[in-house]
Amino acid sequence: MRNLILAGIPAMVALLICAPHPAAAQAQKAPAKAYTPKRMADGHPDLQGTYDLATMTPVDRPMGAPAAYTPEQAQKIETAAALQREKGDESISGNRTAPPKGGDGSVGAAGNVGGYNSGWLDPGSKLTVVRGEIRSSIIVDPPNGRAPQMLPAAMQRAAAGRARPTSDAQENTNDPGLEKAPGAYDDPERRPLGERCLLGFGSTSGPPALPDYFYNNLHQIVQTPDAVMILTEMVHDARVVRMNGQHPPKNIRQWMGDSIGHWEGDTLVVDTTNFTNKTRFRGSSENLHVIERFTRVDDRTLLYQFTIDDPETWAAPWKGEYTWPATDGHIYEYACHEANYALTDILKGARLREKEQAAGKTSR
Amino acid sequence: MRIVRRSGWGILVVVTLLVAGVAPLAGQNGAYRAPRADGGHPDLNGIWQVMNEANYDLEAHNARAAMALRPGPYGPVPAAQVLALGAVGSVPPSMGVVEGGEIPYKPEALAQKKQNQENWLTRDPEIKCYLPGIPRATYIPQPFRIFQNASQIFFAYQYAGAVRNIFLKDPGPAPVDSWMGQSVGHWEGETLVIDSKGFNDQTWFDRAGNFHSDALHVVERFTRTSPDVIAYEATMEDPNVFTRPWKISMPLYKRQEKNAQLLDFKCVEFVEELMYGQWRKNPLSR
Repeated sequence: MRNLILAGIPAMVALLICAPHPAAAQAQKAPAKAYTPKRMADGHPDLQGTYDLATMTPVDRPMGAPAAYTPEQAQKIETAAALQREKGDESISGNRTAPPKGGDGSVGAAGNVGGYNSGWLDPGSKLTVVRGEIRSSIIVDPPNGRAPQMLPAAMQRAAAGRARPTSDAQENTNDPGLEKAPGAYDDPERRPLGERCLLGFGSTSGPPALPDYFYNNLHQIVQTPDAVMILTEMVHDARVVRMNGQHPPKNIRQWMGDSIGHWEGDTLVVDTTNFTNKTRFRGSSENLHVIERFTRVDDRTLLYQFTIDDPETWAAPWKGEYTWPATDGHIYEYACHEANYALTDILKGARLREKEQAAGKTSR
Repeated sequence: MRIVRRSGWGILVVVTLLVAGVAPLAGQNGAYRAPRADGGHPDLNGIWQVMNEANYDLEAHNARAAMALRPGPYGPVPAAQVLALGAVGSVPPSMGVVEGGEIPYKPEALAQKKQNQENWLTRDPEIKCYLPGIPRATYIPQPFRIFQNASQIFFAYQYAGAVRNIFLKDPGPAPVDSWMGQSVGHWEGETLVIDSKGFNDQTWFDRAGNFHSDALHVVERFTRTSPDVIAYEATMEDPNVFTRPWKISMPLYKRQEKNAQLLDFKCVEFVEELMYGQWRKNPLSR
């Protein structure tokens, strides 16, 4: 497995060299001066800290967007988002006017009469900057910045498995009552993993660890010579990366996979396999193989790179990268299951609606 | 007279023998020098686990037929809900881990404890896979891993995927109560001392209904006494529930298996049928 990974790295470099987009071209520029990271007692770079993964840069590049924005374009995008946020915050100011009856018709988590107003949310206010470039997508390979199409067999498998939502499914907070998938409210197992408090949504726990574009995006890294612990704030998931370990037998399956690590120079390389068949990152199979690379690029920033490899789902591996800025904020307890009244209410509500419909009462 | 004197000598000899006998142990306790972690303090890194019955009942107890009992014609028998488990559902005996034997409850709190025990099936937070709190996380009989270096200490527990960050610089009072509390650690010589407050009143100490209020204050001490053992102590203080602070102590053992690692115990999934099964479109028989 290790050989396979190492073999993949020159391929990635070759792709970056050949790719015509500015992100790749920029990647080849030598940094102005070599950065020397602070080191742990064992001589490896100190990757520790608490990081805020929230960013406005989406995983997939918006259609028509360049690979990297000019500072002017970026400022326009960030300012527009800030204004929208300010508007959303009006609903929590004391002198607001009452919203129109039935909601204001806006969509999104903070919209209409939805579950959250924007004061609760922390979706990220900046685009991610990698090697000085303001990126429009986290995905960098394929060069169009968009996840490749799934293989036909994988699409069939995903359609058959649609009964159970994927781990990166977002909550439909605008109006869950309108969700159309047949049977989506029949059983707790049919609800998204985030709603069940099994994992955070939006692949926040990963791997790959991605921004959830919603809230609670903090991650903490604690590093020892034998193991590196990566804590995901949402649903308090600690992933233990065992250094120079071996993956357990195939029958041992973990929600976040089994992670082993090694150092390549000043980069921590983490190899994860042994996923459950319930995680299904973007429709992946349980044979998903994720390789992550953590590199400290300055005292307050980690570069996070990942490769998604699952021949049962995609014809070729695909890659992404973004930066993790350090934060001085603390991670507080995300006790999700302990107060999960929503799951009862969601299922109970569905049963009530069925009862009303059977009795001939109209219901949305 | 001579007999007494002989006995006296005998006692002395025995004492001498005892002293000599325990000397290596005392030497280990007093002079054992643990390997150092990054930062120069004793190295607590590793996967640890208790080997005791504390999670059943902190206090000394005889074996019982089940956690949930009901009166039988000749004494308690397992409650109907746990009957099918047979011997697997019984409670192993223990000399207890509470210093002085009993938890010093206030009278009204003791009544509450007894009521908790009688309603164990519906009240024990462990049954619903809720976060275990402190100190229960330590002696739930599953492994936990300590991550330690010069600037950070972090505990990851296998049970319920519970976690606990140990602040090494006091951030001030916890802004909100939580299941696992807020922990601040410091070193007293060879001992890691962790002071935890900011708990909610939802966690229990064990499966026997022992409980606390949100005024709980726990001080734990971790001291390595041999290559594979940490001497663990926890002192609980909660003026709403107890008449005085009380202490538990137990060894923590390092897992020896070469392939030992924390594995998933996301029991949230395991309790979905219990907690939400009645709201399925087609409920299973219960």
